[in-house]
Amino acid sequence: MSENQANGGPLVRLDGVEKVFHRGTEEIRVLSELHLEVAEGEFLALMGPSGSGKSTLLNLIGGLDHPTKGTVTIAGERIDRMSDRALSGWRARHIGFVFQLYNLMPTLSAERNVELPLLLTHLGKAERRQHVATALAMVGLAHRAKYFPRTLSGGEQQRVGIARGIVTDPTLLLCDEPTGDLDRKAGDEVLNLLQALNREQGKTIIMVTHDPHASARASRTVHLDKGQLGDEPAK
Amino acid sequence: MKFAHLIWGNLKRKKLRTALTLLTILVAFVLFGLLCAIKQGLIGGVELAGADRLIVRHKVSIIQLLPVSYKARMEKIPGVAGVAHQTWFGGVYQDPKNFFMQCPVVPEEFMAIFPEFLLPPAQMKAWLHTRTGAIVGRKTAERLKFKVGDKVPILSPIWGRRTWEFDIVGIFDGQKKGTDTTAMFFRYDYFDEVRNSLNWGKGLVGWYTIRVKNPAEASEVAKRVDGEFENSPAETKTEPEGAFIQGWANQIGNITLIVAAILAAVFFTILLVTGSTMSQAVRERIGELGVLKAIGFTNGQLLALVLAESCLLTVVGGGLGLAAAWLFASHGDPTGGLLPLFHLPTVDLLIGAGISIALGVITGVLPAVQAMRLRVADALRRM
Repeated sequence: MSENQANGGPLVRLDGVEKVFHRGTEEIRVLSELHLEVAEGEFLALMGPSGSGKSTLLNLIGGLDHPTKGTVTIAGERIDRMSDRALSGWRARHIGFVFQLYNLMPTLSAERNVELPLLLTHLGKAERRQHVATALAMVGLAHRAKYFPRTLSGGEQQRVGIARGIVTDPTLLLCDEPTGDLDRKAGDEVLNLLQALNREQGKTIIMVTHDPHASARASRTVHLDKGQLGDEPAK
Repeated sequence: MKFAHLIWGNLKRKKLRTALTLLTILVAFVLFGLLCAIKQGLIGGVELAGADRLIVRHKVSIIQLLPVSYKARMEKIPGVAGVAHQTWFGGVYQDPKNFFMQCPVVPEEFMAIFPEFLLPPAQMKAWLHTRTGAIVGRKTAERLKFKVGDKVPILSPIWGRRTWEFDIVGIFDGQKKGTDTTAMFFRYDYFDEVRNSLNWGKGLVGWYTIRVKNPAEASEVAKRVDGEFENSPAETKTEPEGAFIQGWANQIGNITLIVAAILAAVFFTILLVTGSTMSQAVRERIGELGVLKAIGFTNGQLLALVLAESCLLTVVGGGLGLAAAWLFASHGDPTGGLLPLFHLPTVDLLIGAGISIALGVITGVLPAVQAMRLRVADALRRM
């Protein structure tokens, strides 16, 4: 934990963040003068219409992109100034990603998919196996470890995706529309799982979603519209 | 090694495409191996040629014979340590496809000049005591199932158009790997006696091999030999044994250049095929590469993964191809005697291995750089 957090500071802090894309000579301002703080252990839902900049914001928090202006501080570290190489290492240590379309490697079994982030650590084979088994057990898929993605249902694939996201015990779990491609039942299972991770493991989660049903599971929801945030009262 | 399953998994993604690419590479390396073996068969003798040996032949052509009396004159030339002569016999054993070289020689002189032919002392003794005795190289003995004690009839279309009978008294081996052990040598006195009765070629021999005292003076000795017979009815051309063998092979053409040209064309095609496969393989999984980047794989790691994949493809294909070529070449000369030194040398195997790695790097580098330069956010949208 950083000094900032030890002093009760937020885990995620964005100050005056702007993101501008260029298409030819056209300038597209996706985020402008954005301020956001997320406390450790919080489950934040980020809502907004298509094109409002939700995914761009998630990419900035996850160190996948650099802001045009402003600062992004995660666990006391300024990541907006990091090089691409430093960001890769930082992401491996601090961030777990869960994607809308699960983004599993089709040629790898469930356990091999979950193992991927651990390949970047110094853990030995036995330790990696143990971590993978624990993560798969947490998402209730220990019995499907050897299955390949094509043989799993959408809900199961997403749970494998979540296991991959949490297997390194990251500081922050970022979920981009995790239920967007699932039916209600499977979506509920995934949301139950995220909620349990937040409540029982104290995992800090930021979830982008369109779905009010999904956002209702979060401890706080913020709305993004035209690159600007608007808060909802905390629950 | 912990990334091995990731690399292997990617190659298994499109099994048919991987198999066909592997097959293409394999065929190219079989061709490489066989061409190297053929080249070795044609000019391998150049490397094995004695640095201290000169070949003296008729200035006009190798098929013109030289007087046997030259031997005594050559032995008197300063720098000459020993002289032996050979004559092309050109016989056929049972069938023309059973080709192997036969030459009449004077046993003691010949074995002194060619120490790379290893003959057990008892067999040498038997050869000296048997006028119709002949020694045969291990390869030909094994191929035609000759053994000591056999009586071998050989039809000579040059010397009397008759069948000559020889007694196999010895089987010689080569001192070095690659030494030609396909020839048969028999006694010159027997040969001379029979041809005298035929009244053809009397007192003539095919060519001489001279051993010089000091290899550094070989060119000087060669000049002295040619000077000795200048303006005679049978002028000579003397050259190092290696140059003689090279000249023999050059009758076909510049073997090394021909082989290099064919291989360059083959490998250029392979470069395009494998390069295209790798580019396609990377293009169709840009989203997955984006995921790897998102979870923390560095640009360098992605570069290494793609390069490892292309190298695995070319090394496995190349390795199998070289192994197949080596296996084929290890059975010896497939032409039945035209390429006595036909084999795949270790150095060519190593060059082949090096080419397979280089091919992997060259074909993988562009797709690898493409993977490395991906912007994660863009790549994830293409999942």
